[in-house]
Amino acid sequence: MLGQLLFVIISAMAIWLFSRNVKKIRRNILLGKDIDRMDNPSERWKNMALVALGQSKMMKRPIAGFFHILIYVGFVIINIEVLEIIIDGIFGTHRVLSIAGGLYDFLIGSFEFLALGVLTACIIFLIRRNIIHIKRFSGTEMKGWPVSDANYILIAEILLMTAFLTMNAADYKLQTLGAEHYIKAGAFPISSSLASIMPANVISLEMIERACWWFHIVGIFAFLNYIPYSKHFHILLAFPNTWYANLKQKGKFTNMSSVTNEVKAMLDPSFSPPADAAPGRFGAKDVTDLTWVNLMNAYSCTECGRCTANCPANITGKLLSPRKIMMDTRDRLEEVGNNIDKHGKDYQDGKALLGDYITSEELWACTTCNACTEACPVNIDPLSIIVELRRYLVMEESNAPASINNMFGNIENNQAPWKYSPADRINWINN
Amino acid sequence: MAAGEEPELLFWVGCAGSFDERAQKITKAVATILNNVGIKFAILGTEESCTGDPAKRAGNEFLFQMMAMTNIEVLNAYNIKKIVTACPHCFNTLKNEYPELGGNYEVLHHSQLLQQLIDEGKLKIENGETFKGKKITYHDPCYLGRANGVYEAPRAVIEQLDAELTEMKRCKTNGLCCGAGGAQMFKEPEKGNKDINIERTEEALALKPDVIAVGCPFCMTMIRDGVKLAEKETEVQVLDIAEIAAKANGWS
Repeated sequence: MLGQLLFVIISAMAIWLFSRNVKKIRRNILLGKDIDRMDNPSERWKNMALVALGQSKMMKRPIAGFFHILIYVGFVIINIEVLEIIIDGIFGTHRVLSIAGGLYDFLIGSFEFLALGVLTACIIFLIRRNIIHIKRFSGTEMKGWPVSDANYILIAEILLMTAFLTMNAADYKLQTLGAEHYIKAGAFPISSSLASIMPANVISLEMIERACWWFHIVGIFAFLNYIPYSKHFHILLAFPNTWYANLKQKGKFTNMSSVTNEVKAMLDPSFSPPADAAPGRFGAKDVTDLTWVNLMNAYSCTECGRCTANCPANITGKLLSPRKIMMDTRDRLEEVGNNIDKHGKDYQDGKALLGDYITSEELWACTTCNACTEACPVNIDPLSIIVELRRYLVMEESNAPASINNMFGNIENNQAPWKYSPADRINWINN
Repeated sequence: MAAGEEPELLFWVGCAGSFDERAQKITKAVATILNNVGIKFAILGTEESCTGDPAKRAGNEFLFQMMAMTNIEVLNAYNIKKIVTACPHCFNTLKNEYPELGGNYEVLHHSQLLQQLIDEGKLKIENGETFKGKKITYHDPCYLGRANGVYEAPRAVIEQLDAELTEMKRCKTNGLCCGAGGAQMFKEPEKGNKDINIERTEEALALKPDVIAVGCPFCMTMIRDGVKLAEKETEVQVLDIAEIAAKANGWS
């Protein structure tokens, strides 16, 4: 009875805390500017099904792709077991779903295979990160917390799966010993092989089984509450992130309608801009100047580094790393969010994404080649953030490299980016 | 065109195609092909201006929209319906970014037009310089490939030749940029340990090709510089898709 009460209290606290943190992230994301991404829903559902649910872009790197799918499928399916754990926890029952008979045996049996798969994949991922040192996982932004975060996630999953299998092993042995309360239910293709290393007396076995049961479920609740602080949040946001992703041609940059009004007024003095046109700021200086899709992108990033590994600037040793752009955006947004919580919503800390997090040297290294957006397995778009920050640098601060300013001057004066006379445009005919 | 005629096709030459000495040859190849297959086309000549692409990529939306609106005014005044261009940057801007500002045209990259002509049997690859047995690798321009999903049209032209098309590891959606896009063409690269065009050219040269084919005047500059730096310009030609088609027909 005490156990049931404790279970209900722990679950309620875990769920309350999690939903509070998710709400905070949602609020942070909605600090971004509005953008319409509701068009073409059928295409969007298809995109989500293919890219998030179907992991279509993960298989471009087959080794990582295969093991990732193993963890993903394991994670999703083993969660059916959590449902049973919750029912058992509340009502004090044991393996309540075993009423399903043969189906239950099949499920528990397949969970064991999946658990072993997840365990193996996590060990391989730890080796890839910490022993083989795959290049993709290094870089200036991959120091300290991002490195530990990745390892914590993998270790947590290994512990959870170990607890799950140990629990089953003890349960299996208790069942064979005919212990009271431990009804014959489930199939244990993996854990039954661990039974030989289990103690032979019922009391020790029960202690192991209960300890693992509690560790497994409390571990899951703890992990649930770790996710919002971690890059692991991608397991949830991958879905909306792919749904709301850009569907237009990658080469099409957004049109700034605020500029259209000014240019129209300049070219045609009789033009009067619509009254509802908000002047605002050109481009983005801080996270709140970006769109909410940009900000959701930042929370969806799991720092896998496929963008950076494909970035021509990064490959050739420049400072730019698209992954850093996303991580900086998230870090700054968290900072802005924390400021709101502490000091109220109008608080200014005098810092900004541009300058305090991302430098102009990074921005000017971008060739806008879209390798990063193509590489991202959840369709994050670092390029649009880079372009918004460039827009601010150029249109608000006139802070572009001298050669770029020359190019602007040439276009303005000669209608070409080079200093040639417009009259010479047809010289090619005779050359 | 000032005479009030409305041509079926406008050839948008672009700034590189107009002023860059090497790119002028690409322009000539396109014009030659159009003339030989009997397509009536026009150019805007001195009325053409920069599309505004480098300004937009560099973040100068004002300058971009000024250029775009001026160009759209000219294009609409001549009642232009269909445009072909040999520059993927012009192609992308005209096709994707002009419609919202009032410029709606059917826009083709020259490789797409060549593919159409080949499919219709109007353009054959014959009687000219033979590419038989030559090894050709094709470099995807970002603004044609990833930006607009055109991967097959330029390859269709190469496949007409009796040549061997070999792909670099980083091709099509994984293609590596030449280093010129996003207004990089007009500035020095940021600090790093290598220039992007060197990285890309090395990848192409490792295949020991006879020809590196390109579909963009900026890629042409970057890859040619890379080939020159590797001192391979006598062994390896850098040619645009249009130049290959024209040469194969003995038109240049």
